Amino acid sequence: MSFPVLPVILLAPVAAAVVLLFIPKEEHRLIKSVAALGTFVSLFLTLVIYFNYNQDVGGLQFVTQRDWIKDLGVTLFFAVDGISLPMVLLTNLIGFCAIFASWNISNRPREFFILLLILITGVMGTFIAHDLFIFLLFYEVVVIPIYIMVVIWGSSKRVTKEYAGMKLTIYLLIGSGFLLVGVIALFVKSVGVLGAPDMSFSALAEAGAQLSNFDQIWLFALMLFGFGSLISMWPFHSWSPDGYAGAPTAVSMIHAGVLKKIGGYGLIKIAVVMLPLGAQFWAPWMAVLGIAGVAYAAFGALAQKDLKYVVGYSSVSHMGYVIIAVACLDVIGLNGAVANMFAHGIMAALFFSMIGFLYEKTHTRWMPDMGGLGRQTPKLAAGFMLAALASLGLPGLVTFVPEFTIFVGIFSKYGGLAVIGIAGIIITALYALRAGAHTLFGPPRPEYDHLEDIKGPELVPLVVLGFVLVVGGVLPSLLFDMINSGVVPLHAEISNVLQLGGNL
Amino acid sequence: MLVEFAMHHAWLVPLIPALSFLIIVFLTRPFEKLTAFLSVSFMAISCFFASLAAYGVFNNHELAEHPLVYNFFNWLSIGIPGANELQINLGVQLDPTSAMMLFMVSFVATFIQLYSVGYMKGDPGFSTFFSYVSLFAASMLLLVISSNLLEMFVAWEGVGLCSYLLIGFYSHKISAREAAKKAFVTCRVADFGLLLGILGLVITFGTLDIMELNDKINNFKEYTSYGTLTLLAVLVFIGPIAKSGQFPLHVWLPDAMEGPTPVSALIHAATMVVAGVYLVARMMFLFDAVPAAMNMVAITGGFTALFAALIAITQTEIKRILAYSTVSQLGYMMLALGVGSLTASMFHMWTHAFFKALMFLAAGSVIHAVHTPNVWKMGGIVKKMPVTSWTFVVGGLAISGIPPFAGFWSKDEILVATMNSGHYVLYAMGAFTAFLTAFYMWRLIFLAFYGKEKPENHPHESPWTMCVPLVVLAVGATVGGFFGMPWNNMWAHWIFFGEPHHAGHVAWGAMISSVALAVAGIYLAYRLYLKDTEKVKARQLAEKYQFWYQLSFNKFYIDEIFLWFNHTVVDGSAKLMYLFDIYVVDGIVNGLGGFARLTGDGLRVLQTGSMQNYALVFFLGVLAVTILMAFTGPSAAGLVLGGVM
Amino acid sequence: MVTISLTHYVMLSAILFSIGLFGVLAKKNAVSVLICIELMLNAVNINFIAFSKYITPADFMGQIFAIFVITVAAAEVGVGLAIIIAIYRNNLPVDLDEIDWLKW
Repeated sequence: MSFPVLPVILLAPVAAAVVLLFIPKEEHRLIKSVAALGTFVSLFLTLVIYFNYNQDVGGLQFVTQRDWIKDLGVTLFFAVDGISLPMVLLTNLIGFCAIFASWNISNRPREFFILLLILITGVMGTFIAHDLFIFLLFYEVVVIPIYIMVVIWGSSKRVTKEYAGMKLTIYLLIGSGFLLVGVIALFVKSVGVLGAPDMSFSALAEAGAQLSNFDQIWLFALMLFGFGSLISMWPFHSWSPDGYAGAPTAVSMIHAGVLKKIGGYGLIKIAVVMLPLGAQFWAPWMAVLGIAGVAYAAFGALAQKDLKYVVGYSSVSHMGYVIIAVACLDVIGLNGAVANMFAHGIMAALFFSMIGFLYEKTHTRWMPDMGGLGRQTPKLAAGFMLAALASLGLPGLVTFVPEFTIFVGIFSKYGGLAVIGIAGIIITALYALRAGAHTLFGPPRPEYDHLEDIKGPELVPLVVLGFVLVVGGVLPSLLFDMINSGVVPLHAEISNVLQLGGNL
Repeated sequence: MLVEFAMHHAWLVPLIPALSFLIIVFLTRPFEKLTAFLSVSFMAISCFFASLAAYGVFNNHELAEHPLVYNFFNWLSIGIPGANELQINLGVQLDPTSAMMLFMVSFVATFIQLYSVGYMKGDPGFSTFFSYVSLFAASMLLLVISSNLLEMFVAWEGVGLCSYLLIGFYSHKISAREAAKKAFVTCRVADFGLLLGILGLVITFGTLDIMELNDKINNFKEYTSYGTLTLLAVLVFIGPIAKSGQFPLHVWLPDAMEGPTPVSALIHAATMVVAGVYLVARMMFLFDAVPAAMNMVAITGGFTALFAALIAITQTEIKRILAYSTVSQLGYMMLALGVGSLTASMFHMWTHAFFKALMFLAAGSVIHAVHTPNVWKMGGIVKKMPVTSWTFVVGGLAISGIPPFAGFWSKDEILVATMNSGHYVLYAMGAFTAFLTAFYMWRLIFLAFYGKEKPENHPHESPWTMCVPLVVLAVGATVGGFFGMPWNNMWAHWIFFGEPHHAGHVAWGAMISSVALAVAGIYLAYRLYLKDTEKVKARQLAEKYQFWYQLSFNKFYIDEIFLWFNHTVVDGSAKLMYLFDIYVVDGIVNGLGGFARLTGDGLRVLQTGSMQNYALVFFLGVLAVTILMAFTGPSAAGLVLGGVM
Repeated sequence: MVTISLTHYVMLSAILFSIGLFGVLAKKNAVSVLICIELMLNAVNINFIAFSKYITPADFMGQIFAIFVITVAAAEVGVGLAIIIAIYRNNLPVDLDEIDWLKW
């Protein structure tokens, strides 16, 4: 390995954050440019490795590995495979756009962008770390900046921003507490199996698969609770709408777009792989919770009048699909789960950035107070509608094929039960179009006549995310070939343990 | 040479309008003239290709039995090959049915675009309109040539999206906004069924390729049971119910006229609504395998035809009458499919495309001139707008089924097919619908175009860009049926399912009776709405049968029922869920937080702040440990203190 | 002649410690409490040195610890007096019953 590309990707935002420390705090434009540059370097390099990843070979590539804490078997193990690479790409796409979505921040921008860059790094770290200790380390890094950002730059509507920040943080910490117990127990047991401490994913997977059925079941339950509350699995979802509503735009984007996906990613790459028997035991329960989440949150979104709450509930609903898909435990379902995380990330980030601009300009997110903005701010409206249509899974946009794949998976596995989940698409259409209609269409309001459409740097989220939304929808193989190359070996590993094989 | 090229590159036909969409959106939007020229000419090129391909197909009789299929793109391929995989190939399936549709859609779309150049002049959304219409045509053309059910579904939703955008084109109007939403959501409800059907098919048969499905369903017993297949067929049919405006999901279609008139023409004639019929036609092998599903299609179609005609006789807005007439005609097409006659269904779709596009465009021309959609406020327009009026009359003759106009041949074909299949009740319904059709259509014509002129109207003939399409379509509506005359039925040789119809057999009885019914309908309309100029009789009749009149005028209250369902049941349960969420689910979360806080509140009283209290407790603790050690020895104390000592 | 044995030292230390403890728990004046703490610490010192002399006379473990205790006690008194003076300077009473700012 000549060039340690993953550490560079990981550290570029940190480097930018360090540079920001030395920039006078009045230089707003310079601060933002440096932040954008830092994330751009990461984004660019991620694109380079995305298209240079050898899908025929598969497995972990671009590996950087150093011993770190020998007594615990912890290594600085950075690598990507077909599952983590789309997630890294997603993080960087959204991170880059989040900088531009916060272009108009004028309250202490330097602190804001430093925290934002740390947040991006933390999220990215969880996806490229292939050592469980490092994974948890990055995961905890993420929580702190979010709390500070929500409390300082957030907004109070139905709930105060302090409440929202507190709820978000405590929920995630409780979840990660359970996760930590599970991880430590798994680690302790793995030392017994392997004879030597080793925290890397592959070693733990090898050890975990040899554990007894009973051990796997209770360990998986702990992890399911930890990751499930992170991915807002019903009924551990209630942090999500309140949290997004309170958070500033960039945090909502990153949180809904990628941070939440750490839960799904962890479920697949950690919980399911390391504890396949546990996964098999809990799969029907996961499916039930997932389906409940899909239907329940879709209805929840329908009842909302605050735009951010609509998207907040909708993301809970969409994550329900990911949970059911993981519960399929087959190749198609897992493919769909990963792809849907990517697709939903792009969609949610675009949605939140557009809502953020709307809020910035109209100072309201309350749907009855809006209307006719399609005439006054056409570009904003285009972005908003694009996100709304992606949310309802319109073919030709990136969200459709993943959803279809998930439907194929769950329909073949759970049959009638899946129908309830699939029926969610009707409710989704209803609330997505209603949000669009009440905000953008109808008679224009005179008080918004002076509004300026988004322009210049504000256009970046729309252009970048919109481009991915459309290209990913028209050419789904760009995404799916990659994911498939990661999912197939992973599934082979699981089914070796389960001895169930393909069952389409 | 060129024909060969067109046949083997039929994917160019949808691609060209799609390109024009992209070019308009990203480049030429500010330049209206350029946009219009680009859009119309791209559409015309596409139509040229389509007609070459169609020419090629119709000259190659082989293709009727063995369609030309080629895949040009591996869209998606995941899973473990051979074991558990999902493969979707984008491809083209060219046979007489799709070639006919390809030509019809691109032809009608070209003239509708040309018409729009005049109609949309001066509209602030001129370029946007053309971009949407191009995309609309592209989606529909892709749907037509799809060789894969998922590809078809993608195009299907694309068509739905474009109709949403175009119906809601005047988005500042609340009614347009709601109509657009209604169209999309209604179709979405049905797409849910279709999607389940597609999922069931891919899971059962492992492929979505239409030809492969065809082979596999022909001996479906190897894969699944009869019951499952019936269920799949019914699920698939749910999609077309909404898309093609079948009862009870037809509600969106009449509202769809909120869009600009050319869009209504496009939706009602060539794209969108015929997509449903076309899907059923494409999946004929599935329905044919399960007679129960066939009966369902036939009954739905027959009932819709009659039901919509009953509504149309009392409506007052010109476009609304036309909309219900579309619903009714689509019912005919479904009926034909249900009785197993692909030939008749596709033939009626073909003729209908001409006369319905013609009538909508003419209606648009009228509304453009008199600025009111209400037929009672028009009258005597024929003198000022001869081209519009006479072309509309041609359309009226065609839809009523007066020979030799196109509609006569196709409608007759459907009625004969229904009769031959033994569905006598459905035949009676169809024949009665034919009578009603003639009646309401001529009611419209007599009220709007003849009779006394209204002084407040100042109609004037439309510009040539609007008149030329009218004339062209009128010619189509006149001669379009000659392909399928019973004694020389070329149509049946090309487009058929199973065995081709035998030409030469002429059902004179059915033909004469349907002409008689049509004439009777026209005569009744003449008596009620033209001869008796004060229209007293019509009003008296309405008052006499108040209940029935209101029922028809209010569209049998289907809309109200859906509205009630949506607002009460769906929104109500949404509200309930939300309250459950914030009070129960979140209540538990906040309750846990509150519990922790209360515990803290209770325990903090121990923190007196007085150092001496702390010292006392500390000392007592040491004392307790010491006593414990004194009485039980160090080992017990060690146990208590967790090995600290 | 009564030889002074280890018991005597331990007795003395216990009495001293008890006086100190009583003072710490009962005295109201902060300075008195500090003095009483010193008494307790010195009781500990006596114990250290006595045990060292009688049980392990060879090494000076106890003495070393006593020196440590004296050092720490000095530091502690320094901090304690500083706090008391700071409170006194602000015209507040140095009565321990009144000083309960760490309450809740």
